[in-house]
Amino acid sequence: MIERRPVANAFGHLMLVAMIIIVAFPIYLAVVAASHTIQDVSQTPMPLLPGAELLTNTARALFDGPQLVGVSGATPAIVLMMNSLIMAIAIAVGKIIISLLSAFAIVYFRFPLKNFFFWMIFITLMLPVEVRIIPTYKIVADLGLLDTYTGLVLPLIASATATFLFRQFFMTVPDELVEAARIDGAGPMRFFWDILVPLTRTSIAAMFVIQFIYGWNQYLWPLLIASDYKYQTIVLAIGRLIRAPDAFYEWPVIMGMAVLALLPPVLVVVLMQRWFVKGLVETEK
Amino acid sequence: MEKRVVFQNRYLPYLLIAPQIAITIVFFFWPASQAVVQSVLREDAFGTRSYFVGMENFLALFEDEYYLNSFKITALFSTLVTTIGLSLSLLLAVTADRLVRGTTAYKTLLIWPYAVAPAVAGALWGFVFLPGPGIFAWLLLQAGVDWNFHLNGNQAMFVVVVAATWKQISYNFLFFLAGLQSIPKSLIEAAAIDGAGPIRRFWSVVFPLLSPTLFFLVVVNVVYAFFETFGVIHSLTRGGPAKSTEILVYKVWYDGFEAQDLGGSAAQSVILMAIVIGLTVIQFRYIERKVHY
Repeated sequence: MIERRPVANAFGHLMLVAMIIIVAFPIYLAVVAASHTIQDVSQTPMPLLPGAELLTNTARALFDGPQLVGVSGATPAIVLMMNSLIMAIAIAVGKIIISLLSAFAIVYFRFPLKNFFFWMIFITLMLPVEVRIIPTYKIVADLGLLDTYTGLVLPLIASATATFLFRQFFMTVPDELVEAARIDGAGPMRFFWDILVPLTRTSIAAMFVIQFIYGWNQYLWPLLIASDYKYQTIVLAIGRLIRAPDAFYEWPVIMGMAVLALLPPVLVVVLMQRWFVKGLVETEK
Repeated sequence: MEKRVVFQNRYLPYLLIAPQIAITIVFFFWPASQAVVQSVLREDAFGTRSYFVGMENFLALFEDEYYLNSFKITALFSTLVTTIGLSLSLLLAVTADRLVRGTTAYKTLLIWPYAVAPAVAGALWGFVFLPGPGIFAWLLLQAGVDWNFHLNGNQAMFVVVVAATWKQISYNFLFFLAGLQSIPKSLIEAAAIDGAGPIRRFWSVVFPLLSPTLFFLVVVNVVYAFFETFGVIHSLTRGGPAKSTEILVYKVWYDGFEAQDLGGSAAQSVILMAIVIGLTVIQFRYIERKVHY
Protein backbone atom coordinates (compact mmCIF):
# COMPACT_ATOMS: atom_id res chain seq x y z
CA MET A 1 0.00 0.00 0.00
CA ILE A 2 1.49 3.28 -1.07
CA GLU A 3 -1.09 5.85 -0.13
CA ARG A 4 -3.82 5.64 2.43
CA ARG A 5 -7.03 6.22 0.54
CA PRO A 6 -9.95 5.08 2.64
CA VAL A 7 -12.53 6.35 0.15
CA ALA A 8 -10.86 4.65 -2.80
CA ASN A 9 -10.56 1.44 -0.78
CA ALA A 10 -14.22 1.49 0.17
CA PHE A 11 -15.08 2.07 -3.47
CA GLY A 12 -12.86 -0.88 -4.46
CA HIS A 13 -14.56 -3.23 -2.01
CA LEU A 14 -17.93 -1.99 -3.21
CA MET A 15 -17.04 -2.67 -6.84
CA LEU A 16 -15.78 -6.18 -6.13
CA VAL A 17 -18.83 -7.05 -4.08
CA ALA A 18 -21.08 -5.69 -6.83
CA MET A 19 -19.21 -7.76 -9.39
CA ILE A 20 -19.48 -10.90 -7.26
CA ILE A 21 -23.23 -10.34 -7.01
CA ILE A 22 -23.54 -9.85 -10.78
CA VAL A 23 -21.46 -12.98 -11.44
CA ALA A 24 -23.56 -15.05 -9.03
CA PHE A 25 -26.89 -13.59 -10.17
CA PRO A 26 -27.86 -16.07 -12.92
CA ILE A 27 -27.18 -18.98 -10.58
CA TYR A 28 -29.17 -17.36 -7.79
CA LEU A 29 -32.02 -16.95 -10.22
CA ALA A 30 -31.77 -20.60 -11.27
CA VAL A 31 -32.02 -21.65 -7.62
CA VAL A 32 -35.00 -19.31 -7.11
CA ALA A 33 -36.71 -20.73 -10.20
CA ALA A 34 -36.09 -24.24 -8.86
CA SER A 35 -37.79 -23.32 -5.60
CA HIS A 36 -41.19 -22.31 -6.99
CA THR A 37 -44.15 -24.00 -8.65
CA ILE A 38 -44.52 -23.85 -12.43
CA GLN A 39 -47.37 -21.34 -12.06
CA ASP A 40 -45.21 -18.96 -10.01
CA VAL A 41 -42.28 -19.13 -12.43
CA SER A 42 -44.57 -18.58 -15.40
CA GLN A 43 -45.45 -15.11 -14.14
CA THR A 44 -43.90 -12.12 -15.88
CA PRO A 45 -41.46 -11.56 -14.32
CA MET A 46 -40.85 -14.56 -12.10
CA PRO A 47 -40.49 -14.03 -8.32
CA LEU A 48 -37.11 -12.78 -7.10
CA LEU A 49 -37.15 -14.45 -3.69
CA PRO A 50 -36.86 -18.19 -3.05
CA GLY A 51 -40.03 -20.23 -2.56
CA ALA A 52 -40.71 -23.43 -0.68
CA GLU A 53 -40.56 -26.03 -3.46
CA LEU A 54 -36.79 -26.47 -3.78
CA LEU A 55 -36.68 -30.00 -2.36
CA THR A 56 -39.72 -31.19 -4.32
CA ASN A 57 -38.38 -29.83 -7.60
CA THR A 58 -34.84 -31.10 -7.01
CA ALA A 59 -36.22 -34.54 -6.16
CA ARG A 60 -38.30 -34.49 -9.34
CA ALA A 61 -35.28 -33.45 -11.40
CA LEU A 62 -33.16 -36.16 -9.83
CA PHE A 63 -35.57 -39.08 -10.03
CA ASP A 64 -38.15 -38.25 -12.73
CA GLY A 65 -36.70 -35.62 -15.05
CA PRO A 66 -38.77 -32.83 -16.57
CA GLN A 67 -41.89 -33.78 -18.51
CA LEU A 68 -41.99 -32.00 -21.84
CA VAL A 69 -44.82 -32.01 -24.31
CA GLY A 70 -43.46 -33.28 -27.62
CA VAL A 71 -40.32 -34.79 -26.10
CA SER A 72 -40.61 -38.40 -25.07
CA GLY A 73 -38.56 -40.25 -22.51
CA ALA A 74 -37.52 -37.81 -19.81
CA THR A 75 -34.24 -38.95 -18.29
CA PRO A 76 -33.86 -38.54 -14.54
CA ALA A 77 -30.90 -36.36 -13.57
CA ILE A 78 -29.43 -39.08 -11.39
CA VAL A 79 -28.74 -41.23 -14.48
CA LEU A 80 -27.30 -38.26 -16.38
CA MET A 81 -25.11 -37.23 -13.45
CA MET A 82 -23.83 -40.78 -13.07
CA ASN A 83 -22.81 -40.75 -16.76
CA SER A 84 -21.09 -37.38 -16.31
CA LEU A 85 -19.28 -38.67 -13.24
CA ILE A 86 -18.11 -41.82 -15.03
CA MET A 87 -16.94 -39.77 -18.00
CA ALA A 88 -15.19 -37.09 -15.89
CA ILE A 89 -13.37 -39.53 -13.62
CA ALA A 90 -12.40 -41.92 -16.42
CA ILE A 91 -11.03 -39.05 -18.53
CA ALA A 92 -9.12 -37.50 -15.62
CA VAL A 93 -7.64 -40.79 -14.40
CA GLY A 94 -6.92 -42.02 -17.94
CA LYS A 95 -5.15 -38.80 -18.91
CA ILE A 96 -3.08 -38.86 -15.74
CA ILE A 97 -2.00 -42.50 -16.13
CA ILE A 98 -1.00 -42.42 -19.79
CA SER A 99 0.69 -39.02 -19.36
CA LEU A 100 2.67 -40.14 -16.31
CA LEU A 101 3.87 -43.18 -18.26
CA SER A 102 4.85 -41.26 -21.36
CA ALA A 103 6.52 -38.46 -19.39
CA PHE A 104 8.49 -41.13 -17.50
CA ALA A 105 9.62 -42.68 -20.80
CA ILE A 106 10.60 -39.31 -22.24
CA VAL A 107 12.56 -38.10 -19.21
CA TYR A 108 14.18 -41.25 -17.84
CA PHE A 109 15.15 -43.16 -20.99
CA ARG A 110 17.19 -42.52 -24.10
CA PHE A 111 15.75 -44.28 -27.11
CA PRO A 112 15.57 -43.80 -30.88
CA LEU A 113 12.61 -41.70 -32.09
CA LYS A 114 12.15 -40.15 -28.64
CA ASN A 115 11.96 -36.62 -30.02
CA PHE A 116 9.68 -37.75 -32.81
CA PHE A 117 7.19 -39.15 -30.26
CA PHE A 118 7.49 -36.03 -28.15
CA TRP A 119 6.55 -33.87 -31.13
CA MET A 120 3.66 -36.17 -32.00
CA ILE A 121 2.23 -35.61 -28.53
CA PHE A 122 2.90 -31.89 -28.80
CA ILE A 123 1.04 -31.53 -32.10
CA THR A 124 -2.21 -32.90 -30.59
CA LEU A 125 -2.50 -29.46 -28.97
CA MET A 126 -3.21 -28.12 -32.44
CA LEU A 127 -5.94 -30.64 -33.25
CA PRO A 128 -8.88 -30.09 -30.87
CA VAL A 129 -12.00 -32.22 -31.44
CA GLU A 130 -13.77 -29.22 -32.88
CA VAL A 131 -11.61 -29.16 -36.02
CA ARG A 132 -11.85 -32.87 -36.88
CA ILE A 133 -15.45 -33.61 -35.94
CA ILE A 134 -16.69 -35.83 -38.77
CA PRO A 135 -13.63 -38.05 -39.37
CA THR A 136 -13.21 -38.70 -35.63
CA TYR A 137 -16.88 -39.58 -35.38
CA LYS A 138 -16.45 -41.96 -38.30
CA ILE A 139 -13.55 -43.79 -36.66
CA VAL A 140 -15.46 -44.19 -33.42
CA ALA A 141 -18.44 -45.47 -35.42
CA ASP A 142 -16.24 -47.92 -37.38
CA LEU A 143 -14.81 -49.25 -34.14
CA GLY A 144 -18.37 -49.86 -32.92
CA LEU A 145 -17.95 -47.46 -30.01
CA LEU A 146 -21.00 -45.21 -30.53
CA ASP A 147 -23.19 -45.19 -27.42
CA THR A 148 -20.54 -46.72 -25.18
CA TYR A 149 -18.54 -45.31 -22.29
CA THR A 150 -15.35 -46.34 -24.12
CA GLY A 151 -16.38 -44.17 -27.08
CA LEU A 152 -17.09 -41.24 -24.77
CA VAL A 153 -13.79 -41.50 -22.93
CA LEU A 154 -11.02 -43.14 -24.97
CA PRO A 155 -10.62 -40.55 -27.78
CA LEU A 156 -10.29 -37.76 -25.20
CA ILE A 157 -7.59 -39.19 -22.95
CA ALA A 158 -4.50 -38.29 -24.99
CA SER A 159 -3.06 -35.25 -23.24
CA ALA A 160 -0.22 -33.01 -24.27
CA THR A 161 -0.74 -30.63 -21.32
CA ALA A 162 -0.57 -33.39 -18.68
CA THR A 163 2.49 -34.92 -20.36
CA PHE A 164 4.26 -31.53 -20.38
CA LEU A 165 3.37 -30.81 -16.76
CA PHE A 166 4.69 -34.17 -15.56
CA ARG A 167 7.77 -33.92 -17.77
CA GLN A 168 8.54 -30.50 -16.30
CA PHE A 169 8.17 -31.86 -12.79
CA PHE A 170 10.29 -34.97 -13.46
CA MET A 171 13.08 -32.71 -14.75
CA THR A 172 13.30 -31.10 -11.28
CA VAL A 173 13.57 -34.43 -9.41
CA PRO A 174 17.22 -34.82 -8.24
CA ASP A 175 19.28 -37.43 -10.11
CA GLU A 176 20.62 -38.71 -6.78
CA LEU A 177 17.26 -40.38 -6.19
CA VAL A 178 17.69 -42.52 -9.31
CA GLU A 179 21.24 -43.38 -8.30
CA ALA A 180 20.19 -44.33 -4.78
CA ALA A 181 17.34 -46.45 -6.12
CA ARG A 182 19.71 -48.17 -8.53
CA ILE A 183 22.24 -48.93 -5.80
CA ASP A 184 19.43 -50.43 -3.74
CA GLY A 185 18.66 -52.66 -6.71
CA ALA A 186 15.35 -51.07 -7.82
CA GLY A 187 14.42 -51.40 -11.50
CA PRO A 188 12.80 -48.56 -13.47
CA MET A 189 9.20 -49.53 -12.69
CA ARG A 190 9.95 -49.94 -9.00
CA PHE A 191 11.50 -46.45 -9.00
CA PHE A 192 8.48 -45.10 -10.89
CA TRP A 193 5.82 -46.45 -8.50
CA ASP A 194 7.63 -46.19 -5.18
CA ILE A 195 9.53 -42.94 -5.60
CA LEU A 196 8.49 -40.87 -8.60
CA VAL A 197 4.68 -41.14 -8.40
CA PRO A 198 4.51 -40.32 -4.65
CA LEU A 199 6.73 -37.27 -5.28
CA THR A 200 4.41 -36.12 -8.08
CA ARG A 201 1.19 -36.23 -6.07
CA THR A 202 0.65 -32.46 -5.87
CA SER A 203 0.92 -32.16 -9.64
CA ILE A 204 -1.35 -35.18 -10.00
CA ALA A 205 -3.96 -33.55 -7.75
CA ALA A 206 -3.72 -30.31 -9.75
CA MET A 207 -4.10 -32.20 -13.01
CA PHE A 208 -7.04 -34.17 -11.64
CA VAL A 209 -9.00 -30.99 -10.82
CA ILE A 210 -8.41 -29.47 -14.25
CA GLN A 211 -9.20 -32.66 -16.17
CA PHE A 212 -12.23 -33.54 -14.04
CA ILE A 213 -13.79 -30.20 -15.00
CA TYR A 214 -12.76 -30.73 -18.63
CA GLY A 215 -14.42 -34.16 -18.66
CA TRP A 216 -17.59 -33.13 -16.82
CA ASN A 217 -18.12 -30.12 -19.09
CA GLN A 218 -17.70 -31.92 -22.44
CA TYR A 219 -20.55 -31.05 -24.77
CA LEU A 220 -19.75 -31.52 -28.45
CA TRP A 221 -18.26 -35.00 -28.00
CA PRO A 222 -21.22 -36.58 -26.12
CA LEU A 223 -23.53 -34.81 -28.57
CA LEU A 224 -21.87 -36.82 -31.37
CA ILE A 225 -21.36 -40.13 -29.56
CA ALA A 226 -24.33 -40.52 -27.21
CA SER A 227 -27.56 -40.63 -29.16
CA ASP A 228 -28.97 -43.21 -26.74
CA TYR A 229 -30.27 -41.35 -23.68
CA LYS A 230 -28.71 -44.00 -21.41
CA TYR A 231 -25.29 -42.55 -22.19
CA GLN A 232 -26.14 -38.86 -22.18
CA THR A 233 -24.44 -36.53 -19.74
CA ILE A 234 -26.19 -33.90 -17.65
CA VAL A 235 -24.52 -30.98 -19.45
CA LEU A 236 -25.70 -32.35 -22.80
CA ALA A 237 -29.23 -32.81 -21.42
CA ILE A 238 -29.33 -29.16 -20.26
CA GLY A 239 -28.31 -27.97 -23.72
CA ARG A 240 -31.12 -30.01 -25.25
CA LEU A 241 -33.85 -29.19 -22.71
CA ILE A 242 -33.33 -25.46 -22.85
CA ARG A 243 -34.22 -25.44 -26.54
CA ALA A 244 -36.74 -28.30 -26.62
CA PRO A 245 -39.06 -27.43 -29.52
CA ASP A 246 -42.31 -25.85 -28.57
CA ALA A 247 -42.50 -27.65 -25.25
CA PHE A 248 -44.46 -26.82 -22.17
CA TYR A 249 -41.47 -25.75 -20.13
CA GLU A 250 -41.13 -27.14 -16.68
CA TRP A 251 -38.76 -24.34 -15.73
CA PRO A 252 -38.46 -25.19 -12.00
CA VAL A 253 -37.31 -28.74 -12.76
CA ILE A 254 -35.09 -27.70 -15.70
CA MET A 255 -33.36 -24.98 -13.68
CA GLY A 256 -32.98 -27.43 -10.80
CA MET A 257 -31.20 -29.71 -13.25
CA ALA A 258 -28.98 -26.85 -14.43
CA VAL A 259 -27.91 -26.27 -10.82
CA LEU A 260 -27.22 -29.99 -10.42
CA ALA A 261 -25.14 -29.86 -13.61
CA LEU A 262 -22.85 -27.12 -12.34
CA LEU A 263 -22.62 -28.13 -8.69
CA PRO A 264 -20.04 -30.97 -8.84
CA PRO A 265 -17.36 -29.13 -10.88
CA VAL A 266 -17.90 -25.91 -8.90
CA LEU A 267 -17.49 -27.83 -5.64
CA VAL A 268 -14.32 -29.44 -6.95
CA VAL A 269 -12.87 -26.02 -7.84
CA VAL A 270 -13.82 -24.36 -4.58
CA LEU A 271 -12.78 -27.23 -2.30
CA MET A 272 -9.54 -27.97 -4.17
CA GLN A 273 -8.79 -24.32 -4.92
CA ARG A 274 -5.10 -24.54 -4.05
CA TRP A 275 -4.46 -27.39 -6.50
CA PHE A 276 -6.78 -25.88 -9.05
CA VAL A 277 -4.90 -22.57 -9.21
CA LYS A 278 -1.57 -24.43 -9.28
CA GLY A 279 -2.75 -26.71 -12.07
CA LEU A 280 -4.17 -23.85 -14.08
CA VAL A 281 -1.12 -21.62 -13.85
CA GLU A 282 1.46 -24.39 -14.30
CA THR A 283 -0.07 -26.06 -17.33
CA GLU A 284 0.05 -22.74 -19.15
CA LYS A 285 3.77 -22.22 -18.64
CA MET B 1 17.10 -30.64 -21.46
CA GLU B 2 18.34 -34.15 -20.73
CA LYS B 3 18.68 -36.11 -17.52
CA ARG B 4 22.26 -37.04 -16.66
CA VAL B 5 21.22 -40.36 -15.17
CA VAL B 6 18.83 -42.56 -17.16
CA PHE B 7 17.68 -46.15 -17.12
CA GLN B 8 18.91 -48.64 -19.70
CA ASN B 9 16.23 -50.72 -21.36
CA ARG B 10 15.59 -51.49 -24.98
CA TYR B 11 11.84 -52.13 -25.01
CA LEU B 12 10.41 -50.60 -21.86
CA PRO B 13 10.29 -46.94 -23.01
CA TYR B 14 8.31 -47.90 -26.12
CA LEU B 15 5.89 -49.87 -23.99
CA LEU B 16 5.45 -46.90 -21.64
CA ILE B 17 4.78 -44.38 -24.38
CA ALA B 18 2.67 -46.77 -26.49
CA PRO B 19 -0.81 -46.02 -25.02
CA GLN B 20 -0.45 -42.26 -25.55
CA ILE B 21 0.94 -42.67 -29.06
CA ALA B 22 -1.72 -45.23 -30.04
CA ILE B 23 -4.56 -42.89 -29.04
CA THR B 24 -2.80 -39.98 -30.71
CA ILE B 25 -2.54 -41.86 -34.01
CA VAL B 26 -6.01 -43.44 -34.02
CA PHE B 27 -8.05 -40.48 -32.78
CA PHE B 28 -5.94 -37.44 -33.77
CA PHE B 29 -3.63 -38.01 -36.73
CA TRP B 30 -5.76 -40.44 -38.68
CA PRO B 31 -8.95 -38.30 -38.50
CA ALA B 32 -7.00 -35.12 -39.21
CA SER B 33 -5.48 -36.70 -42.33
CA GLN B 34 -8.94 -37.98 -43.31
CA ALA B 35 -10.25 -34.42 -43.05
CA VAL B 36 -7.55 -33.28 -45.45
CA VAL B 37 -8.29 -36.14 -47.89
CA GLN B 38 -12.04 -35.64 -47.58
CA SER B 39 -11.69 -31.93 -48.30
CA VAL B 40 -10.52 -32.58 -51.88
CA LEU B 41 -13.21 -35.21 -52.59
CA ARG B 42 -16.87 -35.00 -53.40
CA GLU B 43 -19.46 -37.77 -53.05
CA ASP B 44 -21.93 -38.49 -55.82
CA ALA B 45 -25.65 -38.09 -55.24
CA PHE B 46 -26.05 -41.60 -53.84
CA GLY B 47 -23.08 -41.39 -51.49
CA THR B 48 -21.59 -44.54 -53.01
CA ARG B 49 -18.56 -43.17 -54.82
CA SER B 50 -16.39 -40.18 -54.19
CA TYR B 51 -14.15 -38.52 -56.71
CA PHE B 52 -11.31 -36.04 -56.66
CA VAL B 53 -12.33 -32.41 -57.11
CA GLY B 54 -9.12 -30.60 -56.12
CA MET B 55 -9.70 -27.24 -54.49
CA GLU B 56 -13.34 -27.08 -55.51
CA ASN B 57 -14.71 -27.56 -52.00
CA PHE B 58 -12.59 -24.65 -50.79
CA LEU B 59 -13.54 -22.44 -53.72
CA ALA B 60 -17.20 -23.27 -53.12
CA LEU B 61 -16.81 -22.23 -49.49
CA PHE B 62 -15.39 -18.86 -50.37
CA GLU B 63 -18.25 -18.25 -52.74
CA ASP B 64 -20.79 -19.32 -50.11
CA GLU B 65 -22.16 -16.15 -48.55
CA TYR B 66 -23.16 -18.07 -45.42
CA TYR B 67 -19.57 -19.18 -44.90
CA LEU B 68 -18.19 -15.67 -45.37
CA ASN B 69 -20.90 -14.44 -43.04
CA SER B 70 -19.90 -17.07 -40.48
CA PHE B 71 -16.33 -15.75 -40.65
CA LYS B 72 -17.55 -12.22 -39.94
CA ILE B 73 -19.73 -13.43 -37.09
CA THR B 74 -16.83 -15.37 -35.55
CA ALA B 75 -14.57 -12.32 -35.83
CA LEU B 76 -17.17 -10.08 -34.17
CA PHE B 77 -17.98 -12.65 -31.49
CA SER B 78 -14.37 -13.37 -30.54
CA THR B 79 -13.43 -9.66 -30.56
CA LEU B 80 -16.31 -8.85 -28.21
CA VAL B 81 -15.67 -11.81 -25.88
CA THR B 82 -11.94 -11.07 -25.72
CA THR B 83 -12.08 -7.29 -25.26
CA ILE B 84 -15.01 -7.17 -22.83
CA GLY B 85 -13.75 -10.16 -20.84
CA LEU B 86 -10.19 -8.84 -20.59
CA SER B 87 -11.10 -5.25 -19.70
CA LEU B 88 -13.56 -6.29 -17.00
CA SER B 89 -11.25 -8.82 -15.41
CA LEU B 90 -8.26 -6.46 -15.58
CA LEU B 91 -10.31 -3.80 -13.79
CA LEU B 92 -11.32 -6.34 -11.13
CA ALA B 93 -7.79 -7.70 -10.70
CA VAL B 94 -6.29 -4.22 -10.34
CA THR B 95 -8.91 -3.35 -7.75
CA ALA B 96 -8.44 -6.60 -5.82
CA ASP B 97 -4.65 -6.25 -5.95
CA ARG B 98 -4.79 -2.72 -4.46
CA LEU B 99 -6.76 -3.85 -1.44
CA VAL B 100 -4.76 -5.33 1.38
CA ARG B 101 -7.66 -7.15 2.97
CA GLY B 102 -9.99 -9.67 1.40
CA THR B 103 -8.03 -10.52 -1.76
CA THR B 104 -8.17 -14.27 -1.05
CA ALA B 105 -11.88 -14.18 -0.26
CA TYR B 106 -12.61 -12.23 -3.48
CA LYS B 107 -10.54 -14.74 -5.40
CA THR B 108 -12.57 -17.67 -4.06
CA LEU B 109 -15.83 -15.90 -4.78
CA LEU B 110 -14.82 -15.03 -8.35
CA ILE B 111 -13.12 -18.17 -9.65
CA TRP B 112 -15.96 -20.66 -9.69
CA PRO B 113 -17.63 -19.68 -13.01
CA TYR B 114 -14.57 -21.31 -14.60
CA ALA B 115 -16.06 -24.66 -13.55
CA VAL B 116 -19.43 -24.04 -15.22
CA ALA B 117 -19.81 -25.74 -18.61
CA PRO B 118 -20.32 -23.35 -21.56
CA ALA B 119 -23.62 -25.06 -22.35
CA VAL B 120 -24.85 -24.56 -18.77
CA ALA B 121 -23.66 -20.93 -18.81
CA GLY B 122 -25.79 -20.56 -21.95
CA ALA B 123 -28.78 -22.13 -20.22
CA LEU B 124 -28.48 -19.85 -17.17
CA TRP B 125 -28.21 -16.62 -19.16
CA GLY B 126 -30.82 -17.80 -21.63
CA PHE B 127 -33.23 -18.08 -18.73
CA VAL B 128 -32.38 -14.62 -17.36
CA PHE B 129 -33.01 -13.11 -20.80
CA LEU B 130 -35.97 -15.32 -21.69
CA PRO B 131 -39.09 -13.35 -22.69
CA GLY B 132 -41.70 -14.26 -20.08
CA PRO B 133 -40.14 -15.34 -16.81
CA GLY B 134 -36.66 -13.82 -17.46
CA ILE B 135 -35.89 -10.85 -15.20
CA PHE B 136 -33.59 -8.99 -17.59
CA ALA B 137 -35.99 -9.60 -20.45
CA TRP B 138 -38.75 -8.06 -18.34
CA LEU B 139 -36.57 -5.07 -17.37
CA LEU B 140 -35.71 -4.50 -21.03
CA LEU B 141 -39.38 -4.69 -22.01
CA GLN B 142 -40.21 -2.18 -19.27
CA ALA B 143 -37.50 0.10 -20.67
CA GLY B 144 -39.25 -0.02 -24.01
CA VAL B 145 -36.91 -2.43 -25.83
CA ASP B 146 -38.67 -4.85 -28.14
CA TRP B 147 -36.83 -7.79 -26.58
CA ASN B 148 -36.84 -11.33 -27.93
CA PHE B 149 -33.45 -12.86 -28.58
CA HIS B 150 -35.02 -15.87 -30.28
CA LEU B 151 -36.17 -13.55 -33.07
CA ASN B 152 -33.65 -10.71 -33.17
CA GLY B 153 -30.12 -11.48 -34.42
CA ASN B 154 -28.34 -8.62 -32.64
CA GLN B 155 -30.01 -9.47 -29.37
CA ALA B 156 -29.04 -13.14 -29.83
CA MET B 157 -25.42 -12.09 -30.37
CA PHE B 158 -25.61 -9.95 -27.23
CA VAL B 159 -26.81 -12.89 -25.10
CA VAL B 160 -24.20 -15.36 -26.40
CA VAL B 161 -21.45 -12.77 -25.79
CA VAL B 162 -22.68 -12.22 -22.21
CA ALA B 163 -22.78 -15.96 -21.48
CA ALA B 164 -19.40 -16.69 -23.09
CA THR B 165 -17.69 -13.71 -21.39
CA TRP B 166 -19.18 -14.49 -17.98
CA LYS B 167 -17.64 -17.97 -18.04
CA GLN B 168 -14.18 -16.67 -18.96
CA ILE B 169 -13.89 -13.74 -16.51
CA SER B 170 -12.63 -15.86 -13.62
CA TYR B 171 -9.85 -17.40 -15.70
CA ASN B 172 -8.64 -13.99 -16.88
CA PHE B 173 -8.96 -12.58 -13.36
CA LEU B 174 -6.72 -15.32 -11.89
CA PHE B 175 -3.98 -14.73 -14.45
CA PHE B 176 -4.12 -10.94 -14.18
CA LEU B 177 -4.00 -11.13 -10.39
CA ALA B 178 -1.00 -13.50 -10.50
CA GLY B 179 0.70 -11.13 -12.97
CA LEU B 180 0.02 -8.08 -10.80
CA GLN B 181 1.24 -9.79 -7.65
CA SER B 182 4.53 -10.68 -9.34
CA ILE B 183 5.34 -7.02 -10.09
CA PRO B 184 7.90 -5.81 -7.50
CA LYS B 185 6.31 -3.31 -5.14
CA SER B 186 9.56 -1.31 -5.09
CA LEU B 187 9.00 -0.22 -8.72
CA ILE B 188 5.58 1.16 -7.92
CA GLU B 189 6.84 2.84 -4.76
CA ALA B 190 9.69 4.44 -6.71
CA ALA B 191 7.20 5.84 -9.21
CA ALA B 192 5.07 7.16 -6.34
CA ILE B 193 8.08 8.89 -4.78
CA ASP B 194 8.74 10.53 -8.14
CA GLY B 195 5.25 11.96 -7.86
CA ALA B 196 3.28 9.72 -10.24
CA GLY B 197 -0.38 9.36 -9.30
CA PRO B 198 -2.27 6.05 -9.35
CA ILE B 199 -3.41 6.38 -12.96
CA ARG B 200 0.01 7.42 -14.25
CA ARG B 201 1.59 4.56 -12.24
CA PHE B 202 -0.79 2.09 -13.81
CA TRP B 203 -0.21 3.09 -17.43
CA SER B 204 3.55 3.78 -17.19
CA VAL B 205 4.72 1.04 -14.82
CA VAL B 206 2.14 -1.67 -14.18
CA PHE B 207 0.60 -2.04 -17.63
CA PRO B 208 3.88 -2.50 -19.56
CA LEU B 209 5.04 -5.09 -17.02
CA LEU B 210 1.71 -6.85 -17.36
CA SER B 211 1.80 -6.96 -21.15
CA PRO B 212 3.16 -10.56 -21.40
CA THR B 213 0.19 -11.78 -19.33
CA LEU B 214 -2.15 -9.68 -21.44
CA PHE B 215 -0.77 -11.05 -24.68
CA PHE B 216 -1.01 -14.62 -23.42
CA LEU B 217 -4.61 -14.05 -22.35
CA VAL B 218 -5.54 -12.53 -25.71
CA VAL B 219 -4.43 -15.73 -27.47
CA VAL B 220 -6.17 -17.98 -24.94
CA ASN B 221 -9.39 -15.97 -25.17
CA VAL B 222 -9.41 -15.98 -28.96
CA VAL B 223 -8.92 -19.76 -28.95
CA TYR B 224 -11.71 -20.05 -26.38
CA ALA B 225 -14.11 -17.89 -28.40
CA PHE B 226 -13.32 -19.75 -31.62
CA PHE B 227 -13.47 -23.33 -30.40
CA GLU B 228 -14.82 -23.79 -26.91
CA THR B 229 -18.03 -21.82 -27.19
CA PHE B 230 -19.86 -24.42 -29.25
CA GLY B 231 -21.91 -25.33 -26.15
CA VAL B 232 -22.98 -21.71 -25.59
CA ILE B 233 -24.19 -21.34 -29.18
CA HIS B 234 -25.83 -24.76 -29.36
CA SER B 235 -27.76 -24.40 -26.11
CA LEU B 236 -28.75 -20.73 -26.57
CA THR B 237 -29.46 -20.01 -30.22
CA ARG B 238 -28.66 -23.06 -32.41
CA GLY B 239 -26.76 -20.60 -34.60
CA GLY B 240 -29.89 -18.56 -35.24
CA PRO B 241 -32.03 -16.63 -35.66
CA ALA B 242 -31.36 -16.70 -39.40
CA LYS B 243 -27.72 -17.82 -38.86
CA SER B 244 -26.91 -14.60 -37.01
CA THR B 245 -24.84 -16.43 -34.36
CA GLU B 246 -23.48 -19.22 -36.53
CA ILE B 247 -19.78 -19.23 -35.63
CA LEU B 248 -17.32 -21.35 -37.65
CA VAL B 249 -17.22 -24.30 -35.26
CA TYR B 250 -20.99 -24.45 -35.18
CA LYS B 251 -21.14 -24.38 -38.98
CA VAL B 252 -18.63 -27.27 -39.31
CA TRP B 253 -20.81 -29.39 -37.05
CA TYR B 254 -24.05 -28.31 -38.68
CA ASP B 255 -22.88 -28.81 -42.28
CA GLY B 256 -21.36 -32.19 -41.50
CA PHE B 257 -24.06 -33.67 -39.28
CA GLU B 258 -27.32 -31.94 -40.05
CA ALA B 259 -26.74 -31.01 -43.70
CA GLN B 260 -24.55 -34.08 -44.52
CA ASP B 261 -22.16 -32.08 -46.70
CA LEU B 262 -19.00 -34.09 -45.95
CA GLY B 263 -16.66 -32.44 -48.44
CA GLY B 264 -17.68 -28.93 -47.42
CA SER B 265 -17.44 -29.73 -43.74
CA ALA B 266 -14.00 -31.32 -44.21
CA ALA B 267 -12.77 -28.26 -46.08
CA GLN B 268 -13.99 -26.10 -43.18
CA SER B 269 -12.16 -28.43 -40.76
CA VAL B 270 -8.94 -27.93 -42.70
CA ILE B 271 -9.34 -24.14 -42.55
CA LEU B 272 -10.00 -24.30 -38.81
CA MET B 273 -6.92 -26.50 -38.35
CA ALA B 274 -4.85 -23.85 -40.10
CA ILE B 275 -6.27 -21.23 -37.70
CA VAL B 276 -5.45 -23.31 -34.59
CA ILE B 277 -1.95 -24.04 -35.85
CA GLY B 278 -1.40 -20.33 -36.49
CA LEU B 279 -2.62 -19.39 -33.00
CA THR B 280 -0.51 -22.11 -31.34
CA VAL B 281 2.60 -20.98 -33.19
CA ILE B 282 2.00 -17.37 -32.10
CA GLN B 283 1.56 -18.51 -28.52
CA PHE B 284 4.74 -20.59 -28.45
CA ARG B 285 6.92 -18.02 -30.19
CA TYR B 286 5.85 -15.60 -27.50
CA ILE B 287 6.67 -18.11 -24.75
CA GLU B 288 10.12 -18.69 -26.23
CA ARG B 289 10.73 -14.96 -26.16
CA LYS B 290 9.68 -14.82 -22.54
CA VAL B 291 12.18 -17.55 -21.65
CA HIS B 292 15.07 -15.74 -23.36
CA TYR B 293 14.41 -12.46 -21.56
